[in-house]
Amino acid sequence: MTAAVTAGAVRARRAPARPGLWAAALFLGLVVLAALAPGLFTDGSAVDGDPAAALTPPGADHVFGTDANGRDVFTRIVHGARPSLLVGLGATALAVAGGTVLGLVAALGGRWLDELVMRLVDVVLSLPSLLLALVVLVVAGPGTLNSVCAVGVAAVPVYARLVRVRAMVVRGSGYVEAATALGLPRAVVVVRHVLPNVLAPLLVLATIEVGTALVAVASLGFLGFGPQPPAPEWGAMLAAGRDYTAVAWWVAVFPGLAITLTVLSITVVGRALRRRGEGRDV
Amino acid sequence: MKTLWRHWTSPRFRVPRAVLVRLGTSLLVLWGAVTVAFAALHLTPGSVEQALVGPNTITPQARAELVTEYGLDEPLPVQYGRLVGRMARGDLGESYQLHQPVAEALGSQLGPSLQLAGAAMALAVAASLTLALLTAGRGRLVRGLSSGIELVGVSIPTFWTAIVLLTVLSFQRGWFPAAGADGVTALVLPAVAVAVPLTALLTQLLRDSLELALDEPFVLTARARGLSDLAVRLRHALRHALLPALTLAGWMFGALVGALVVVEEIFARPGLGRLVLTAVEGKDLPVVMGAVLVTAALYVAVNIVLDLLYLVVDPRLRGAR
Repeated sequence: MTAAVTAGAVRARRAPARPGLWAAALFLGLVVLAALAPGLFTDGSAVDGDPAAALTPPGADHVFGTDANGRDVFTRIVHGARPSLLVGLGATALAVAGGTVLGLVAALGGRWLDELVMRLVDVVLSLPSLLLALVVLVVAGPGTLNSVCAVGVAAVPVYARLVRVRAMVVRGSGYVEAATALGLPRAVVVVRHVLPNVLAPLLVLATIEVGTALVAVASLGFLGFGPQPPAPEWGAMLAAGRDYTAVAWWVAVFPGLAITLTVLSITVVGRALRRRGEGRDV
Repeated sequence: MKTLWRHWTSPRFRVPRAVLVRLGTSLLVLWGAVTVAFAALHLTPGSVEQALVGPNTITPQARAELVTEYGLDEPLPVQYGRLVGRMARGDLGESYQLHQPVAEALGSQLGPSLQLAGAAMALAVAASLTLALLTAGRGRLVRGLSSGIELVGVSIPTFWTAIVLLTVLSFQRGWFPAAGADGVTALVLPAVAVAVPLTALLTQLLRDSLELALDEPFVLTARARGLSDLAVRLRHALRHALLPALTLAGWMFGALVGALVVVEEIFARPGLGRLVLTAVEGKDLPVVMGAVLVTAALYVAVNIVLDLLYLVVDPRLRGAR
């Protein structure tokens, strides 16, 4: 009886209400909903504007005002959710895929391959990722797909390191040994037994990094190398609004706010996931 | 050979050995950067010529002369060898667009960038030390509040901070100039914009490690000796908290460079960041590569200084190992 009461009290103390976490999850849910079905939030067009109503300040007709072409900023932000999320997810997926392959090769491919891959990773890690992305863009040229690739490539080393360390731990475990002893081919052991056990911490890190990737691509867009202006992508909207900050702050500030809140929510939710993954209470 | 190896591994030689190993790795990093840039440059055929020519139209004859002048008709291994040779002598080559040596172009822009970076770093370190010392181990409300603010600081994109600062404090209030690099007032907003994410992350880390240190028995001893709370934090706990914070420096360097590029562009400040952006726009690869090399070299220098700082902060590391 006493024990049960104490356990209950401990649980209650350890898991306090987290209004921040719920707010973040809710906002993220709304963003995802906007990405899937923008029509739920607005019925306007993200591309056609009314030039007569250009640069209208926020008001009853236009909650977030209009941009230089008279397009409703709120509508464009809602329609921008999909490309913006896709860009963040795409870059992260690329980085995770590249990092997983490199990390597995380093951990399981023998000493020489390990040295080679990890030195390469060191080199890339020692360069600031924005600079690295810019180098990729010099060669590939600007554009949405290229900037996604650039950001993804620059993030590969982080995942490669994580996967390598995890794979080395998993490699020595009993079930991998058992699978090998059963005579399974090496590739099967890696894909069926090593990979799944490496993925969990990787996906948690990736969740948080989607936000970072989103900001990185938006930065490139902002600098003029990413998604190009007509697209309602948040970074590109911000870049287009930059020229009007002196006269119409809302054109740049609201897309930036959308990016900031999305990244903040992703970080909050991602950290909660990580704490759970580490066995700590949220 | 054997005696040499014994000297090399002897405890007395520990610090020089660490520095030498670090320098060796660093050379590898620099060589890697050159190779990556070379590969990138020659991956797309004709891209060098295209960059040299720029938007101008040019006669086939002039094009051929250009190709010979820059040695583009030679086999790639020869070009690569020449490039590495040049780099080893410290010659970064000539810009395709500015028609001046890359080293000169970079050198002329280094000053303003270092100024901004220095101001932002000083601001971030001072602010996060103060915040961490004040909030570590306090009640739930203070901690919750400060960790919330830190979370926002980490998540907020630098370009957005810069734009909001610019809009409110320059355009609307007129307290600070909106562009340029004249005087101290022009440095304030860019430095703040760059410092925000650095401060947030550094405060977080410092506070976590301060709280760990404050739980140690030696803190209890110090308190028992009658030291004031601030003295305990400053003299005993801080030193333990600094070590983990130093490991963040590598990340901070990268973040700093990235933020510089963005902030210099927004505030129209002269500097390396804008030079690089112009070079990327014009596909001026020697300049981009030069900037990459200079950054890698700076990173290496920062790391060597850090290795020595570890020894200063933690005397235990000085002993034999």
